Amino acid sequence: MSEEKHHIVPYRVYVFVLLALLVLTFASIGITSIELGEFTVAAALIFACIKSVLVLTYFMHLKYDKKYIVAMVAFVFLLFFVVIVITFLDYLYR
Amino acid sequence: MEQNAHAEHIHYDAEASKIGMWLFIFTELLLFGGLFIVYSIYRFMNQEAFHLAGEELNTTIGAINTVLLLISSMTIAMSTSTLQYKKKGATLGLLAVTVIIGVVFLVNKYFEWGTKFSHGIWPGSEHMLSELSQGEILFFGLYFVMTGLHALHIIIGLIIILFAVFRIQKGTVNENRAALLENAGLYWHLVDLIWIFLFPLFYLIH
Amino acid sequence: MNKMQKEHAANEANYLTYQGKHKGLLGWILSTDHKRIGLLYLYSIMTMFFVGVLLGLAMKFELLAPGKTIMNPQTYNATFTVHGVIMIFMVVVPGLPAVFGNFLLPIMIGAKDVAFPKLNLLSWWLYVLGVFLVLSAVLFGNGVPDTGWTFYAPYSFKTGTNLLPAIFGAFVLGFSSILTGLNFLVTIHRLRCPGMTWTKLPLFVWTLYGTAWIQLLATPVIGITMVLIALERIFGVGIFDPALGGDPILYQHLFWIYSHPAVYIMILPAMGAISEIIPTFSQKQIFGYKAIIASTMAIAFVGYLVWGHHMFTAGMSGTAQYYFSLLTFVVAIPSAIKVFNWISTMYKGSINVQTPLYWAASFIFVFLIGGLSGLVLGALAANVHVHDTAFVVAHFHYIVFGGTGFAFMGAIHFWFPKIFGRMYDKAWANAGWLVFFIGFLTLYTPMFYLGMMGMPRRYYDYLEEFHGGNILSTFGSWIMVTGLVIIVINLVRSARKGPVAEMDPWHSKTLEWTVSSPPPVENFDEIPVIAEDDGPYNYK
Repeated sequence: MSEEKHHIVPYRVYVFVLLALLVLTFASIGITSIELGEFTVAAALIFACIKSVLVLTYFMHLKYDKKYIVAMVAFVFLLFFVVIVITFLDYLYR
Repeated sequence: MEQNAHAEHIHYDAEASKIGMWLFIFTELLLFGGLFIVYSIYRFMNQEAFHLAGEELNTTIGAINTVLLLISSMTIAMSTSTLQYKKKGATLGLLAVTVIIGVVFLVNKYFEWGTKFSHGIWPGSEHMLSELSQGEILFFGLYFVMTGLHALHIIIGLIIILFAVFRIQKGTVNENRAALLENAGLYWHLVDLIWIFLFPLFYLIH
Repeated sequence: MNKMQKEHAANEANYLTYQGKHKGLLGWILSTDHKRIGLLYLYSIMTMFFVGVLLGLAMKFELLAPGKTIMNPQTYNATFTVHGVIMIFMVVVPGLPAVFGNFLLPIMIGAKDVAFPKLNLLSWWLYVLGVFLVLSAVLFGNGVPDTGWTFYAPYSFKTGTNLLPAIFGAFVLGFSSILTGLNFLVTIHRLRCPGMTWTKLPLFVWTLYGTAWIQLLATPVIGITMVLIALERIFGVGIFDPALGGDPILYQHLFWIYSHPAVYIMILPAMGAISEIIPTFSQKQIFGYKAIIASTMAIAFVGYLVWGHHMFTAGMSGTAQYYFSLLTFVVAIPSAIKVFNWISTMYKGSINVQTPLYWAASFIFVFLIGGLSGLVLGALAANVHVHDTAFVVAHFHYIVFGGTGFAFMGAIHFWFPKIFGRMYDKAWANAGWLVFFIGFLTLYTPMFYLGMMGMPRRYYDYLEEFHGGNILSTFGSWIMVTGLVIIVINLVRSARKGPVAEMDPWHSKTLEWTVSSPPPVENFDEIPVIAEDDGPYNYK
């Protein structure tokens, strides 16, 4: 049975999200040209994460979907993050 | 007894198709995830070499490709709304734009790689092995593998979209049976998501 | 439907006999019926299992005496490689989910088929393709792969043997596994019949659910790792090559990030089958239904966090070693909870001594030993002593062969009447079990001792002091295979000519026992509705 699909996402939502994404893209280009040392990577990744959340929430409809799908997506990202952190336990402390 | 009865008996279940596509997307995330793990470890161990090698990449082309892909995500997302509004023409138009952008992305990638090749940089090349440091070799190895795999997924995404276009033309994908288009959109956004991370990691190292 | 009506229905076309669009063999290999697909997997997996057994017998024969017995070192390396690739990727990983999951899942949840029947058929064809690819690595090219099933870098990209088809085959087999997992997840989420809430699901279904998540999320990592090895062999990309700055240990990380969760793909459905057998043959409610669910999901999740315990001597940091050792002890806890629950289920139950229960009880015994030996391996100091020795070989054969293998045997006997509509010969089945069990213990127990005394694994030769233990072990292999032959002959004959089975010979409570043996093509004439007070273990 279809759930939220009776709600049609207005075009302007997508346009605004695109504009936000473009702003964030140029911001990340800008911030990485400044000399921030170790924090350059972190800054670039933070911007990428924000952009991803926008794509996931609006373009990929998670905002309008049932919660269990959102839970699955969050879980997968969490799992991946945990696995990277654990791998770094090896390389950071060699 | 009815023959091959199950296929006909199964009702159109948009939610099942959606979950199915999301699950498939998870596998793609983990597939690229493995490469991101390799990248992050090697960058951590070879910070200067990665910085040096990163200079070789053209940030402008990378930025253009990023912008293109973001726009194409918007157009395909919009097409799901136009389909709901029963605007078949607009839907097909938006999808055409999406496909064209995808092709342009690939063309850019072709030229980018071409430039690298002309500078003697490709996996296993004489120049790479003799002139570049180990960290730089790793950087370019990862660059070709990750952008190459990503480009392959762009092609797959385009094929799925064209499949949806064909079905929309025929009318078998419409406002009441929209799953194929929506799931094609999900796949395309995945391709965009991967690039959202590839771009800063390869092009924005200064 | 009353009993007579049901038996009448059974005389009409059931899934075994109906003729659809395609006739004969095509009607099977092009069928999208989950029950037929389950049997296709049964036959292909059993075929590959026998090839793997032959390779195992060959290894044991070589190890009958020190020095060369029947093969040279290169051949031995190739033999244990192919034995591992077959057993892991073609037998125990697909194993229970592909055979029993496919056959039973839809029926157990009151559905007519899985969510994506055509995708299901594709999964089987991918399995067949994967098998042929690996076989081509053996039959063609410059030599049979000799890296071990673990394909460790840098040897895996330096070896002259024909590795590419083998790793491509592993990739394709992985894809088959992913699609099955995907299919089962959507099926369980979307096709449960009315009243079949999550807390009324049979425990076998819960284990298939947890397993499906692992299949989905872990397999892609080995997929990309195989791609990287292939690219290394073809293009020399350098990612794991120390000469080019690569780290071979990173290969091991990526490999085990899949391959450790893979062992939970092997064992969770096995535990699920045991959780169906024990209540049935105790005629009693399972002890701690929710605890078993929680343990299942805990094992599935924590199983992602322990992979480094395969790498303690590889060169990781001390921090990583401590962390992985700690988590390895943690992941043992939910498994132990399950063992406690199974035994508690049997306590004060009305025990029906049948072949499936023999398998389930002996499963608990060998799984316990295998699991405890895992704790020895998980302890850092002990690991240094026994890593890469026969101790490890004993551990994983106890856990995987003893675990998944015994559960598979229990499952095939338990669900045999349902699948084939006939009953097996119980005397021969029990005899087969006994001979097999004695053989199994004789084959693998000496390996614990040999390993502790220092005998390395994956060597075709050994010191004279290990000779006695090896002789005993090899004899054990012959006894075990004798048991295997008895079991298989019994099952094959009974499938054809055994006495016709009733709908519910074991007085069990899950939905598959409410349809005819064998089931009708669409499983149910009417989709069942589960009452509020009903349940999968509602024994009164």
